[in-house]
Amino acid sequence: MNSRGNIKDFLFEKTTALFALFVLALTLLLFALLVRESLPAIRKIGASFVTNTTWDPVLEEFGALPFLYGTVVSSFLAILIALPLGVGAAIFINEFAPDWLKTPVSFLAELLAAIPSVIYGLWGIFVLLPILRDHFMKPVSRVLGWIPLFQGPVYGPSMLAAGVLLSIMIVPFILSVSREVLATVPKVQKEAVLSLGGTRWEMIRIVIGQHCIPGIFGATILGLGRALGETMAVTMVIGNRPDIVLSLFQPGYSMAAVIANEFTEATGDLYLSALVEIGLVLFFLTIVVHLVAKLILNRMVPEARKGAAR
Amino acid sequence: MKSISFRRRATDRIMKTLFLLSVFLVILPLFLIFFDLLWKGAKELKWSLLTDLPRPVGEPGGGIANGIAGTLTLAGLAMAGGIPLAVLSGIYLAEYGKGVLASLVRFAVDLLAGVPSIIMGIFGYVLWVLPMKRFSAWAGASALAMIFIPIVVRTTEEMLKTVPVPVREAALALGIERWKTTLFITVRTASAGIITGILLAMARILGETAPLLFTALGNQFWQTGLDQPIAAVPLQVFSYAISPYDDWHDKAWAGAVVLILMVLVLSIGARILTRERS
Amino acid sequence: MDNAIEVRNLSSWFGQNQVLKDITMDIRRNSVTSVMGPSGCGKSTFIRCLNRMHDLTPGFRMTGEILFDGRNIITEKIDPVLLRRKVGMVFQQPNPFPRMSVYDNVAVGLRLNGGGKSRGEIADVVEKSLRMAAIWDELKDHLDRAGASLSGGQQQRLCIARALAVEPEVLLMDEPCSALDPVSTAKIEELIEDLGDRYTIVVVTHNMQQAARISDSVAFFLMGVLVEMDKSAKMFTNPSDKRTEEYITGRFG
Repeated sequence: MNSRGNIKDFLFEKTTALFALFVLALTLLLFALLVRESLPAIRKIGASFVTNTTWDPVLEEFGALPFLYGTVVSSFLAILIALPLGVGAAIFINEFAPDWLKTPVSFLAELLAAIPSVIYGLWGIFVLLPILRDHFMKPVSRVLGWIPLFQGPVYGPSMLAAGVLLSIMIVPFILSVSREVLATVPKVQKEAVLSLGGTRWEMIRIVIGQHCIPGIFGATILGLGRALGETMAVTMVIGNRPDIVLSLFQPGYSMAAVIANEFTEATGDLYLSALVEIGLVLFFLTIVVHLVAKLILNRMVPEARKGAAR
Repeated sequence: MKSISFRRRATDRIMKTLFLLSVFLVILPLFLIFFDLLWKGAKELKWSLLTDLPRPVGEPGGGIANGIAGTLTLAGLAMAGGIPLAVLSGIYLAEYGKGVLASLVRFAVDLLAGVPSIIMGIFGYVLWVLPMKRFSAWAGASALAMIFIPIVVRTTEEMLKTVPVPVREAALALGIERWKTTLFITVRTASAGIITGILLAMARILGETAPLLFTALGNQFWQTGLDQPIAAVPLQVFSYAISPYDDWHDKAWAGAVVLILMVLVLSIGARILTRERS
Repeated sequence: MDNAIEVRNLSSWFGQNQVLKDITMDIRRNSVTSVMGPSGCGKSTFIRCLNRMHDLTPGFRMTGEILFDGRNIITEKIDPVLLRRKVGMVFQQPNPFPRMSVYDNVAVGLRLNGGGKSRGEIADVVEKSLRMAAIWDELKDHLDRAGASLSGGQQQRLCIARALAVEPEVLLMDEPCSALDPVSTAKIEELIEDLGDRYTIVVVTHNMQQAARISDSVAFFLMGVLVEMDKSAKMFTNPSDKRTEEYITGRFG
């Protein structure tokens, strides 16, 4: 019965700790490699990298602002569309739908989230683009073409198309996180409003106003984080033109898309380094957004961590 | 009195209808996408798709057999490295994770989970392609592993934490050593949940394209070695889709059907496992 | 008759909170000892000291001596793992391993604890343990059923079989019947009486009738103090301490 000092327990703990340390090391390595490969571009180009609007690899002029602009605008457009739809659907499923409907609907939303982005892109090119072009952009352009937002010739591939496709892709996340947020509202509170003679909508308005705004904000930022980094679907429908134009009907370019398109053909060292630097900027952008979202959601709903990890 | 109550009731009805409409709009694309996949994919959906190599434009027939083999190879490699790493890290976080190291690792995992997949491609490129001066399966698999790992670490940790304390106590009270309790009792109890997480993460990396673009690169032929460029279904779907040829577009759709089937089998399998557990 | 366990001046704390105060008692070999008292009196904490189950609880500490096989098990020198193989435990909630069959539940302790038993030997021990736990006849044709699919009473007897399989000398039972229906409770009580001839059994209970039915001696705890310990016949008819009398006549607790 003498103690053997639990040497095996000690070894097991330290072994698992070693693996965990390795995961940490991988994360640091990722960051270090991004920085190392960006350094030539950072040294040579400096701050003008994010302010210059001209991207001309042949003349070795690397201004990444058009990509930053395209990434941010397409993502915000996506949020603009996905937020009301996702929250609205979440409200219906949680507050109005009969129980038998809840499981199938959330199953379908999960399927939507499971579709690979290259398939969204494929569908975007051959189905969404023609529909948008012929039934939305052309008529709108005829009537409202004088508004800067809708100016210029209609091609199809455009900031608008990217935004719409992105919104379809992120809506399942906003939906599921919103449902978790709504589920945290104490039942008594809802019943209190109803018992005072309020309608369901009034109950929802009051309860959401009091409880759910931060959580839904967190859900939105989480969706934004996904949209910012999305590559394939955007690459396939955004048009890939490095211009900053206000019109949503014109082609644009995003950070992820330019990396995807030009990485293999980047001939010069500086060119490649500039592309990695775009990756580094994107890395920081998405990480800040992601961590902010998690910070908000962890405070709101401990359960929402699951959704965020996926 | 009456008119106010009517207005309130009307608003209630309108809002409810709008909420219902948003459910419809959220789900609609799913049906459209599946319909188009079957409709447009049907033309090229034959056995040769699964058994043949790609053929040049204009030549009828040909398949994506090398892509299927490549995708499975890449996912297999990523998982061979990723599963032990992620599951053991998850065990560390769940069973011993109280100190500074654990907080740092949790933070790192959170961070990794939020990194866009294209950046994992840059990781694979800088780690393998730059020094080897060659695109390779190793590079692609490393990029995929970086996506796989954080998902599995998280689910492993969460699932282990759902194992009730009395189960652990029962094992300890039998005089089973702590490490054996963890490995053979706690992990076994949580195994369905952990496997579900692995299946979902696998479904995710099977469909990834962006991290493979400049790591695995793609290949028109059968793979010859893990240090060589390797084909993958999502890469094939992408290059067929952006090509200017109609018959390649058909192949893109057919390839997409194959891809979505792989993903769906895993996702639904994971779902069934989860249901069995609860 | 000799003692299996001798407790001397045992005190214990959760953080700043003292739970057990200077407990001294002898637990006789191959007999049933009940530990009773109102909830929060420290009786569960007490028996968990006897197999060092508190080791993993942060902030827990204890002083004094617990002598088992002539050695103080509180000291660092004792390996709690080996101790627990000799001092088994059955819990309040039946807790069979969820993803294991009936057979595996009983066999797992033997398998994981080494000892190099062959398949056949393990099968023998499993049968013997299930027989001792009086559940063999019900389950012999269902050994591959999931342990968690049994009824509550069956689960608890399975847990007893599981504890017996590693061949302990002492069996600690922490309110083993409080989650069970009356019929299952009767079966477990009967089982405890039978096993009492071969094992040293310590049962925590808040049920006085139960303590009276099954035990040879009874210890009465109140607010972390051992008030009185005696033969159960004496304790329930003629307690020496006034507080015990008040408790068994139902004036508090």
